[in-house]
Amino acid sequence: MSASNETAPDHVDEERRDFIHIAAIAATAGGAGLVAYPFIDQMNAAGDTKAASSLEVDISKIPLGGEIRVLIGGKPFFLRHRTPEEIAAAVNTDASKMPDPETDEERLMPLPDGTFNPAILVTSGACTHLGCVPVGPAQGSVGDYGGWYCPCHGSHYDTSGRIRKGPAPKNLPVPDYEWVTPALVKISL
Amino acid sequence: MSGHESTYKPETGFTKWLDSRLPIIRLAHDSFVDFPTPKNLNYWYTFGGILSVCLAIQIITGVVLAMHYTADINQAFGSVERIMRDVPFGWLIRNIHMVGASMFFLAVYVHMFRGLYYGSYKAPREVLWLLGCVIYLLMMATAFLGYMLPWGQMSLHGANVIINLFGAIPLVGESIQSWLMGGPSVGNQTLQRFFSLHYLLPFMIAGVVILHIWALHVPGNNNPTGVEVQDVKKDTVPFHPYYTVKDGFAIVVFLIIFAVFVFYAPNVLGHADNYVEANPLVTPAHIVPEWYLLPFYAILRAITFNIGPMDAKLLGVIAMFGSIAVLFLLPWLDTSKVKSMRYRPVAKQFFMVFVVVCLLLGWCGASNPDNAIISMGEDKLVVNYTDAAGLEGTRVFEEYTPAAQFRDEQQTSGGVASIAIEKAPAFTFKILSQILTAYYFAFFLIILPFLGLRERPKGEPDSIHQSILGHDAPAAAPAE
Repeated sequence: MSASNETAPDHVDEERRDFIHIAAIAATAGGAGLVAYPFIDQMNAAGDTKAASSLEVDISKIPLGGEIRVLIGGKPFFLRHRTPEEIAAAVNTDASKMPDPETDEERLMPLPDGTFNPAILVTSGACTHLGCVPVGPAQGSVGDYGGWYCPCHGSHYDTSGRIRKGPAPKNLPVPDYEWVTPALVKISL
Repeated sequence: MSGHESTYKPETGFTKWLDSRLPIIRLAHDSFVDFPTPKNLNYWYTFGGILSVCLAIQIITGVVLAMHYTADINQAFGSVERIMRDVPFGWLIRNIHMVGASMFFLAVYVHMFRGLYYGSYKAPREVLWLLGCVIYLLMMATAFLGYMLPWGQMSLHGANVIINLFGAIPLVGESIQSWLMGGPSVGNQTLQRFFSLHYLLPFMIAGVVILHIWALHVPGNNNPTGVEVQDVKKDTVPFHPYYTVKDGFAIVVFLIIFAVFVFYAPNVLGHADNYVEANPLVTPAHIVPEWYLLPFYAILRAITFNIGPMDAKLLGVIAMFGSIAVLFLLPWLDTSKVKSMRYRPVAKQFFMVFVVVCLLLGWCGASNPDNAIISMGEDKLVVNYTDAAGLEGTRVFEEYTPAAQFRDEQQTSGGVASIAIEKAPAFTFKILSQILTAYYFAFFLIILPFLGLRERPKGEPDSIHQSILGHDAPAAAPAE
């Protein structure tokens, strides 16, 4: 185009040119990838956020028939002290007919000695439909199955936190928790 | 370049459709692909490209940092430490932003000295130069605002000192000062507005950069000869690939230097004091701005005398702002018809001295004004005493031991005595910065206006094309 052609070489080494193009583009692409990685990774959970993602809860303070709610990393969890009637209702219902079949024992974690404490149920506090926090005994409504009721779209959970009626597809998930002592559970995200 | 006909030819159906609605590909093509650029640009001309990269780096890293930063005096310092320790790669992104500020100024100074040397501010590029000065001002404001955000000792007390400059303005100074701070002191409300403005200004810079490039593309680039393009065919080459590759290479070299600072010496251009959380009750012993503002700080402190009704404080502030204001007047102060100092043998020497003066002003700005550069004689120890009989006197010593002995003798015999240091007369940083400040202003206000009228330019080529032939092939074939 506008370049002067007076000094144009009579021979152009196309292969050499291709090599330079490929090498330059490869180096640029590699560099761009290496730069992009930290800029994407920085939006992941930071070290201090991760460090705050577990909590030890003393269960001896939970009143019989009541629950306490805790936040771990901003997410709600329920720890419910079930009455013998509630435990019986949870154990004696045939789980195979439920939308998300799970027995009550599958929803408990063993104590250090391998036994279970069915009086304490630990579940996530986020409805599996769209993430609202269901109401429970302290809010005056436990739904048709004695567990929890989600006011957003009317999901009913039983005393084992299993979905029984309404739009939610799954049971309230059981978080990753362990019994540190018979009175202390450690819940992790 | 204005009058340069567009060579863009849309080929696909989509680009034809777009071209008749929003000719954005045509604009990019005519601006950065087939833009006729003088074929003799050297590496000093790559700093424009480098600076756009700097601006992009600062904006991208800055947006990321703002995701993690908290503009609150109780949390700002901690949130910066959290970025350094907890945020994934936060240390890297903050180091890039911090070093990036210095690299940005390094590049802009090279770019400005380049423009000064090759006369790039002269007709028809005055507006281009003025827009550049506006960008430079905005850069200084942005850097100053950003330096406050970590809420370290230098952040707080530096901000305090700069805001106090406005207090020197007669009548309205104090009102302006408290308006800027939003209260009686630099506090939480100041930090919040500084954060807001620090986020805003870079986008204003980007806007002025677009105007700057527009104003560049109307007359086209200046070049090391200062001779305008006469024949597009003979004097220019297309921007792409010739200058995309040349700029690209310079950018890579620049980024290597940048990376050396980021990975090996991220704090070497800063101050350790800024890793101490701000304490409004204690000012750091040695308070200086970041290196890129030191020359102006030296000019501010050089004025230690009153003139008529104006006190030293006001004069210092006037001199400091004047040293920047004078840049805006430069296109009309330089009277020479020849652009490039390559062909101005006398101006070239004054220019070299000017560069050294600017560097030395930086050195003065970093140093205590009362410290001696060249000491004339030895410091002496003076013992002032009142002896037991109530007689007052002084005695001068060269060494500490006899001076202390004499003081103790006086005290044990019932008198009062104390030792003081008497500084030897010396050539101090204060005097040096006064001389340098005088040269700084003289360069713009006296040397350039008068030299242009007197100086005899030498060896200016007739055209860009000819200057290149002269370089490489003195016995070139007759043109055409």
